[in-house]
Amino acid sequence: MMTTQVQTTPAMKAEAKELSFYYGGTGQALKSISLGLADRHATALIGPSGCGKTTFLRCLNRMHDLYPGNRYAGSVVLYPDGINIVDHTIDPIEIRMRVGMVFQKPNPFPTSIYENVAYGMRIRGSMTRSDLASVVEQSLKDAALWPEVKDRLHSLAYNLSGGQQQRLCIARALATGPEMLLFDEPTSALDPTATARIEELVTELKQRVTIVIVTHNMQQAARVSDYTAFMYEGELVECDRTHKIFTNPANKLTEEYITGRFG
Amino acid sequence: MFLRNAIDKSTERDRLRQRLVQRRRRDHAFALASLAVMIGASLVLLALLGQLVYDGIGRISWQFLSSYPSRFPSQAGILSAWIGTALVMLLTALTAVPLGLGAAIYLEEYAPKNWMTDLIEINITNLAGVPSIVYGLMALGLLVYQFHLGQSFLTAGLTLAMLILPMVIIATREAVRAVPPQIREAAYAVGATKWQTVRDHVVPYSMGGMLTGMILALSRAVGETAPLITVGALSFIAFLPHPPLQSEFPFFSAQWLFDPFTVMPIQMFNWVSRPQEDFHINAAAAGVILLVMTLVMNAVAIVIRARFRRRIHW
Repeated sequence: MMTTQVQTTPAMKAEAKELSFYYGGTGQALKSISLGLADRHATALIGPSGCGKTTFLRCLNRMHDLYPGNRYAGSVVLYPDGINIVDHTIDPIEIRMRVGMVFQKPNPFPTSIYENVAYGMRIRGSMTRSDLASVVEQSLKDAALWPEVKDRLHSLAYNLSGGQQQRLCIARALATGPEMLLFDEPTSALDPTATARIEELVTELKQRVTIVIVTHNMQQAARVSDYTAFMYEGELVECDRTHKIFTNPANKLTEEYITGRFG
Repeated sequence: MFLRNAIDKSTERDRLRQRLVQRRRRDHAFALASLAVMIGASLVLLALLGQLVYDGIGRISWQFLSSYPSRFPSQAGILSAWIGTALVMLLTALTAVPLGLGAAIYLEEYAPKNWMTDLIEINITNLAGVPSIVYGLMALGLLVYQFHLGQSFLTAGLTLAMLILPMVIIATREAVRAVPPQIREAAYAVGATKWQTVRDHVVPYSMGGMLTGMILALSRAVGETAPLITVGALSFIAFLPHPPLQSEFPFFSAQWLFDPFTVMPIQMFNWVSRPQEDFHINAAAAGVILLVMTLVMNAVAIVIRARFRRRIHW
């Protein structure tokens, strides 16, 4: 572990600068978060329930805009062009076209497997049928689902198992070529085998796309992420390389959390 | 200590068994009571239907369907009435369904959640409970006297559309609300606009519920009499409206919209209020035909609904 002292810091894909967030109903949920997300690496967000990790994640694709009364302060800069993700003059749809999301519970559309993956490109409205078909195939391959579904692309997505559905949702997110992919506790509804496959997939995908993953499971954070951010009561306590957080955290609170003394 | 004793006493095996027998008995008693109520209600309905069919079935013939009203019961028919009902229902559906869908989708998906929206919502719920005769009076004042649409098919269709619009809106909103928010979020997350989310997901997935609401609303409208009498339905029409299609350019005509109208319930009402027994039989026969028309309408909607439902499972 000591050999990793000298490391180059990768470029950042996005950077939160004093980001605060206020829910319309319940008030402030994030307090001045400053956090860099490394390009083509996986960053895990950990912390006890209600600490704001999902709230932070949903700022990154402006999901909060769907519900009235929510408000952002501060900024999240998306590189390379340096736009501010949470600026209200930036169209949230533009952000969501660049930043994909995989949810806690698998949520495929009640349509065919093919349609699920094709949907993102279809609504962008500039792709021929044959291109679309190859995008679907490639995305399903990237999500490690292709061998299981290639003979039944036009059957209902709901006939897949939970783990397959979640990989389908990953394929759906990948099909639009996102620069950053957000995972909101993607394995909390899955059994250990399905979980292992998703984790494997995340590890592969982070070579190509920036990944931010919220997880309740600290072993998962340790297994898949390069960086880990520990949040507590709406604040960022500590963010560092994952092995550093899990072996030698700088903050007392982080240490107590990862050793299971609370949370 | 006392509590401990009480727990021991009530968990003693024999006592538990004894109580279980009692609980079982109540269980059965409730099931039996429910069954009795269900059978009772069905019997009353069946008796009414049976009486109607028994009275009317002998009178139903091609002649009955293809003749105009007459002062001789044996020559009278319901041609103008059933065509009238079909056309009025068509107009009602064409008006109420798009307006109702639009209003419901706007209220559920687009409207800001504020006191204005709440006020509109409360008003729609209340409108669904307004007696139909009040709609008749409003239509008489607005459509007949203000807009000079006359005592016509158009007036009748619009009147019934106003009557069922709140029901269509309420049913559609329920259906739209049943689409899980996770599905909407999934669509938004891949970059869909609100319109794309509504068009590709919310509407198709809630189509089953929407259609159910429309069937119920149209089934109510098909039997309405009071508001149509108020706006001036005729009970003796010995001619058909102008045909909507023509052989000459421009091939269709809106003239029929302004023709005088009658509908099945009004024809029936007219016949039952006559003294001759034979007219009462005519009314029963017309009742059977009206039931068949309603059932056909429902059957079509149920088939469409089944097609949508087969594709969707939450």
